[in-house]
Amino acid sequence: MSYLPEGLPVPAAGTDGLSAPYWEATQQEKLLIQFCRGCNHWQWGPESICHRCNSFDLDWREVKGRGSVYSYERVWHPVHPALNGHGPYIVVLVELPDAGNVRMVGNLLGDPKQDVPIGAAVEAVFEHHRTATPPFSLVQWRLV
Amino acid sequence: MPIPLIHRITRFIVSRTSVVAQLQTMPFKKPIQARPMGAGVNARCHGACWTLPAKAVMVLPKETHTMAERTLRGQAVIAGIGETQYYKHGQSPHSEFKLTLQAILAAAKDAGIDPKDIDGFTSYSNDRNDPSRLSAALGIKELRFSNMQWGGGGGGVAAAVGNAAAAVTTGMANCVVAFRALAQGQFARFGRGSGAPLASGDDAFTIPYGLMSPAQKFAMKVVRFMHDHGVKQDALRAISLASYHHAQNNPRAVMYGRPLDEAKYDASRWIVEPFHLFDCCLENDGAAAVIVMPADRAKDLPHKSSYLLGVATGSDHRCAAPVHNGPNYASSHFATVAPNLYAMAKMGPKDIDVVQCYENFTGGVLMSLVEHGFCAPEEANDLLRLENLIASTGKMPLNTSGGNLAECYMHGLELVIEAVRQIRGESTNQAPRNDAVIVVGGPMVTPVSSLILGSEATL
Repeated sequence: MSYLPEGLPVPAAGTDGLSAPYWEATQQEKLLIQFCRGCNHWQWGPESICHRCNSFDLDWREVKGRGSVYSYERVWHPVHPALNGHGPYIVVLVELPDAGNVRMVGNLLGDPKQDVPIGAAVEAVFEHHRTATPPFSLVQWRLV
Repeated sequence: MPIPLIHRITRFIVSRTSVVAQLQTMPFKKPIQARPMGAGVNARCHGACWTLPAKAVMVLPKETHTMAERTLRGQAVIAGIGETQYYKHGQSPHSEFKLTLQAILAAAKDAGIDPKDIDGFTSYSNDRNDPSRLSAALGIKELRFSNMQWGGGGGGVAAAVGNAAAAVTTGMANCVVAFRALAQGQFARFGRGSGAPLASGDDAFTIPYGLMSPAQKFAMKVVRFMHDHGVKQDALRAISLASYHHAQNNPRAVMYGRPLDEAKYDASRWIVEPFHLFDCCLENDGAAAVIVMPADRAKDLPHKSSYLLGVATGSDHRCAAPVHNGPNYASSHFATVAPNLYAMAKMGPKDIDVVQCYENFTGGVLMSLVEHGFCAPEEANDLLRLENLIASTGKMPLNTSGGNLAECYMHGLELVIEAVRQIRGESTNQAPRNDAVIVVGGPMVTPVSSLILGSEATL
């Protein structure tokens, strides 16, 4: 059971393959974030170069699926046919303290009309779409 | 009579001191004093500009030496303004290209020039109407300048005018049109998600979560800003009410005859919190154009001149960091741009008489006003009240044509045209003080841009 209805665009690594390790790992319920071996800093989203030291020596490291709510929005108006008649739903921006406070976008699971306290602790939940083409898994979040 | 050099220098220093004083009270997240060497208005170069540290990495000065100042201030005028009738999206009887031609011809007529003397075109937001085709269609004698400002939405509106001014100031062209045309019936609408089956690259990290339209991309910035500074929904409502209030006196406005009040706003549906329907811009068809010429032509022009006093474009450090990772997140993206604007214009927010501030969404206006120094974040609830924002009596007349919310969503070029009307004294919502008018372009995108126009008295 996914948080949003099926039929939204399916995530893909793209022709440059930059984010392929992330999408492969989420299917194994692992959360990987880009890590620079040149200066030992995290960055997100994936990029070809480290924005701090300009090294190309980038790695992927697993981090704990825990964070805090940096911001959020409650969406009411559907802008995609798959969302017609659905809603509201909550999009959250989550900071990861174990990865240099990089931010990830996800949905906040649970009652879509719940209050969302900025700063609240959240944990990751892997939402699998095994029958999609191609199959993929999303990282979602719920209040701890 | 020429002003003696020593007096010009004195005047310059006095005006700079005033600007610095104003900017130092501006509520930027990072103090201006903390900006890198050579940056900002209070770090002018008075000695050797070029430093060469031990590691042999040359540090470039951000601004030129004061004795050889490079500036567009007072160098160019907006000579003519033109626009088509504005339509609801999909309702234009004309093609987008024909709308463009109509707006350019109207601007040429307003400037009192032969349209065949236009020799340059600037636009933004990947406008589809190619200067070469325009030149051929209009029978332009000679095309000398064609320029597209990178970036989407209305972020480039002031930059497009500035690029035109740069061209005529540097001798690359004599008469440049900055224009924007939209016919969303002929082409796709902005406010819809993609119909593509796959989302790749950065989109893969947002679109599958239902985050895809402009309103959705920007709402989390505004939520965080309102949270950090205690800004209330009433402040956003006042911005919307001001635009609708002014549109009721403007027969060109798409929302002319469609007034808005507090109850109607409050009852309107949410698009995405904190944006009600009336916090969101329109989607329209039409075209708008302004003709930019060198300032030495001002005396030949039929209207009171609007001089470009300053223009700036760009964005803050890593504004476009992927997946909402920009360091200064709860921002309109003017934190670095506004100081550059005021430095060129040699004035500060207290010198501005009328404000045209791009409303893609009211929350963007809120943050743009703060980053341009019109109030501290904590003062927003007090400043953003309808009585303060209306043209005739308010202390900060805002979006006096109705703007993107209620006149027309022409990606902000309608705001530039309204700024010229204010300076000429020809607005349908004329402000009593009208010597300096700011136009803040589309916020929360990157790059952004803003400009200041002034009457001859401001030179």
